Amino acid sequence: MRSHCLLKEEIMQLLRNLLGLETLSPSAPPTPSSTPASPVQPRFKVGWITDVGSVRRHNEDTALVVTAAQDGDDSMPAFGIFILADGMGGHQAGEIASSLAARVAAHHIVHNFYLPTLVSQEHGADQPSMNDVLVDAVQAANQAVADRVPGGGTTLTCALLLGPRTYIAHVGDSRAYVAIHDKLDQITQDHSLVDRLVELGQLTRDEAAVHPQKNVLYRAVGQSGVLEVDTYVRTIPLGGRLLLCSDGLWTMVSESEIVDTVTNSSSLQAACESLIAAAKRSGGHDNITAILVEPPLG
Amino acid sequence: MKSLETHHISIQDSPPSEPAKNDPGAPESPHATAPAQRELGTQMMTPPPESSERVEGRLPDGHLLENRYRILGVRGVGGMSTVYKAQDLRFSKVTRLCVVKEMLNTATDPQVRAMIKRNFEREANILATLNHPGIVQVFDFFSEGDRSYLVLEFVDGKDLEAVLAETDGFLSETQVVHWAIQVCEVLSYLHSHEPRPIVFRDIKPSNIMLDKHNRIRLVDFGIARIFQSGEKGTMIGTEGYSPPEQYRGSAEPRVDIYALGATMHHLLSKQDPRLEPPFSFQERPIHKTNPTVSRELTEIINRALEYDINKRFGSAEEMHRALTNLRSVRGVGGTTSFGTSAFVSGEVMALWRFRCEDEIRSSPAVNNGIVYIGAYDHNLYAISAEDGKFLWKYATEGGIGSSPCIYQGRVFFGSSDRLLYGLNAETGRISWTCPTQGSVWSSPRAAFDHVFFGSDDQNLYAANVHSGRVAWKFATDGRVRSSPAIGGDAIYVGCEAGVVYAVDTSGQSLWRFRARRGIISSPAITEEMVYVGCLDSYVHGLDIRSGWSVWRYRTGGAVVSSPTISDNLVFVGSADGYIYALDAESGRLVWRYATEGQVTSNPATFDGAVYFGSVDRMVYSLDAQTGNLRWRFQTEGPVTSSPTVMNGVLYIGSDDRYLYALPA
Repeated sequence: MRSHCLLKEEIMQLLRNLLGLETLSPSAPPTPSSTPASPVQPRFKVGWITDVGSVRRHNEDTALVVTAAQDGDDSMPAFGIFILADGMGGHQAGEIASSLAARVAAHHIVHNFYLPTLVSQEHGADQPSMNDVLVDAVQAANQAVADRVPGGGTTLTCALLLGPRTYIAHVGDSRAYVAIHDKLDQITQDHSLVDRLVELGQLTRDEAAVHPQKNVLYRAVGQSGVLEVDTYVRTIPLGGRLLLCSDGLWTMVSESEIVDTVTNSSSLQAACESLIAAAKRSGGHDNITAILVEPPLG
Repeated sequence: MKSLETHHISIQDSPPSEPAKNDPGAPESPHATAPAQRELGTQMMTPPPESSERVEGRLPDGHLLENRYRILGVRGVGGMSTVYKAQDLRFSKVTRLCVVKEMLNTATDPQVRAMIKRNFEREANILATLNHPGIVQVFDFFSEGDRSYLVLEFVDGKDLEAVLAETDGFLSETQVVHWAIQVCEVLSYLHSHEPRPIVFRDIKPSNIMLDKHNRIRLVDFGIARIFQSGEKGTMIGTEGYSPPEQYRGSAEPRVDIYALGATMHHLLSKQDPRLEPPFSFQERPIHKTNPTVSRELTEIINRALEYDINKRFGSAEEMHRALTNLRSVRGVGGTTSFGTSAFVSGEVMALWRFRCEDEIRSSPAVNNGIVYIGAYDHNLYAISAEDGKFLWKYATEGGIGSSPCIYQGRVFFGSSDRLLYGLNAETGRISWTCPTQGSVWSSPRAAFDHVFFGSDDQNLYAANVHSGRVAWKFATDGRVRSSPAIGGDAIYVGCEAGVVYAVDTSGQSLWRFRARRGIISSPAITEEMVYVGCLDSYVHGLDIRSGWSVWRYRTGGAVVSSPTISDNLVFVGSADGYIYALDAESGRLVWRYATEGQVTSNPATFDGAVYFGSVDRMVYSLDAQTGNLRWRFQTEGPVTSSPTVMNGVLYIGSDDRYLYALPA
């Protein structure tokens, strides 16, 4: 019993030392983090912003970032959770749903993956798999929103990074991309009606962009019943960056402009600022959120 | 403004009641310039809200409309309307029931209000002239203030959605076909309406009522959509049953054919399309959930569900004919089920076979026109790949279960006599042996001028290919019968104590993963992942750098079979008798195929097909993408050996002592 308590205390201490927990939510003013650039330290470079846009009165998007790093010869890889949620539903249900979903998912991942990993001796089948952790995190968020935010729903894209290794769980039409050189690879698939129609060759991309039902999702967090969660595994190549964004960005700014901005900005934060500005120039019809991550080497 | 809108009925070529709402290319309606509001496509999430305002606005029981219809209670509430049960007082001597549908005109602009009322009256007039036993009759319509009313025939029964919910197991095929035939008759009537065809546009189980005589009635001619305000949050109609072209604004009769196909798919498969990705019927064949459905009916439903409108039935009459011609309907019986035998497409003849003195449980290796195979008779055989002629054999002191590997002109294999052998691959002359302290069942793999193999003495060995000298050995926690996988600069192997190891080329541990039970299966690797089966019935997907579990998939039995990876699919057999195809990234099941015995053989892939043996004595060839049977070949004993495919020929051994060469 005693050792168990000590262990818990140690974990809390470690957490205090290691964890930088920050949340950007509509209620809090954006206070973007600036990571000191040092190539030798095993840290993520991160830039992120969420913006209400030019038309809406409320910001229903939520961005949540948790990073932790350890230095030393026998280190575990840099750990990061990057979550983007885009809420829907009237009477502030959208804001509440996206914030709740992001926080419940982050809590689940830290509790079920990060904390046990800090003290585990070896990997084994008695620990949940990465996919199980991520899918369960989204399911927990789904349950929380269904229980506590009636009429609300949200997209939810969770990226867990261990160094450059990227594990993603995804529901909705927010997107995750890998930007490398002048290429933008979309990792996630939109769970939207028009995306299916494009897939079937019934609509062109251009028609989908102006379709009256372009915002209709067929899968979202907060639905009662069984929620199917997509998972992806990628390795961010050297010099590559992970971009998470809400549809307020990708429907407003072309892929070529996104990749150009991401690869040619002075810092990741400056890149995010430029992306938001570009979306606003195109009308800024929706809330705009971007999270940009560059993993440490190795 | 975005809202889910399905026009429940539309008169073809008639002017749309709202400006070009379904046409993405047309100028946008005034609402459409408003910021897009995200909405969820199904009605699952938000049942029609019963706002307090609406409750207050509802007609109380006993309320009299037009001095004729007495309200008896609320029957249902939709997005735009309230449906009441009522009594028609015109028939004073009897209790004549009817249904009153009330719609609220919420438009504030007087011109819009007037237009809505006109549209309502125009459509109600058309509905009132319809006369078919499969259509709920419209008796009357009128407007009072900001409300419009439709008076409909009262049907004593329940809709098919309710019938489906109350049914344990599956609805019978014959029953569903009989209902579908009746729906086709109603559609024929509507589609041949003069002067213009009427397209129902919202065929779905909840719009098909079943009366007490098992006759169907189409209900809910969605006239209520005229009253749709287009304000945010309003959402009517259902996704799931409508064809793709309906989202391009098309409203022609074949829209109803698709929706009927979708309805039948739902009724037979019990998979609600509103809970599945849109337009995913083709990916969810009915027989996967309900194997009792006949192929003939499945083909009819698939044709109705074609995404390409020109591939569907051309008319409701045509679909009606197809349905009434079904053998099950004509009472002939004997429908073809989706059993295994239905797909056997051809028998395969062996090119040759070669008889050893005892069972063959290892897998052949092929190189330079020679097939190498070890047998329990202690011998390693070299056989001509072309005609199965015996070339030479090498006798060891124990049974051989290790599969040979060929590297730099030598063939390497282990034996239960505790030795690893290196022979000249051409002549069979011995180069060297490498002694261990236990039987060598593990199959060697060679790279970097070294041959790597496991032994029952619990070690993983690295031996020099030229001298056989042990460069290093790595102590594990159990007998090593798993065969090592080599990738990048690491070796991956499992042991019977249930641990998977990653070891660098100098024999130093990189990581270990502890499974719940022993590992005999050999790891398969990609650049990112290590895949391995375990006796605890799981298939594990591990991160190749860290050994962290990325996913795991549970089969119904021990997994002795070693995975094979091809086109982002992981193929692996299990003692539960199935071969599985799993998505390599997510570990999700793509398909599985049942054999009649345990599958311990390691699958091999070649040219879009997957090959493996089963304890049911068969060698199988399946389509790698779908899991459909291409052919199977019967041997005279359990097939635990694994296939090797080379130049379009498949080589595999059997416990019947033969090595077979089959055309792949």
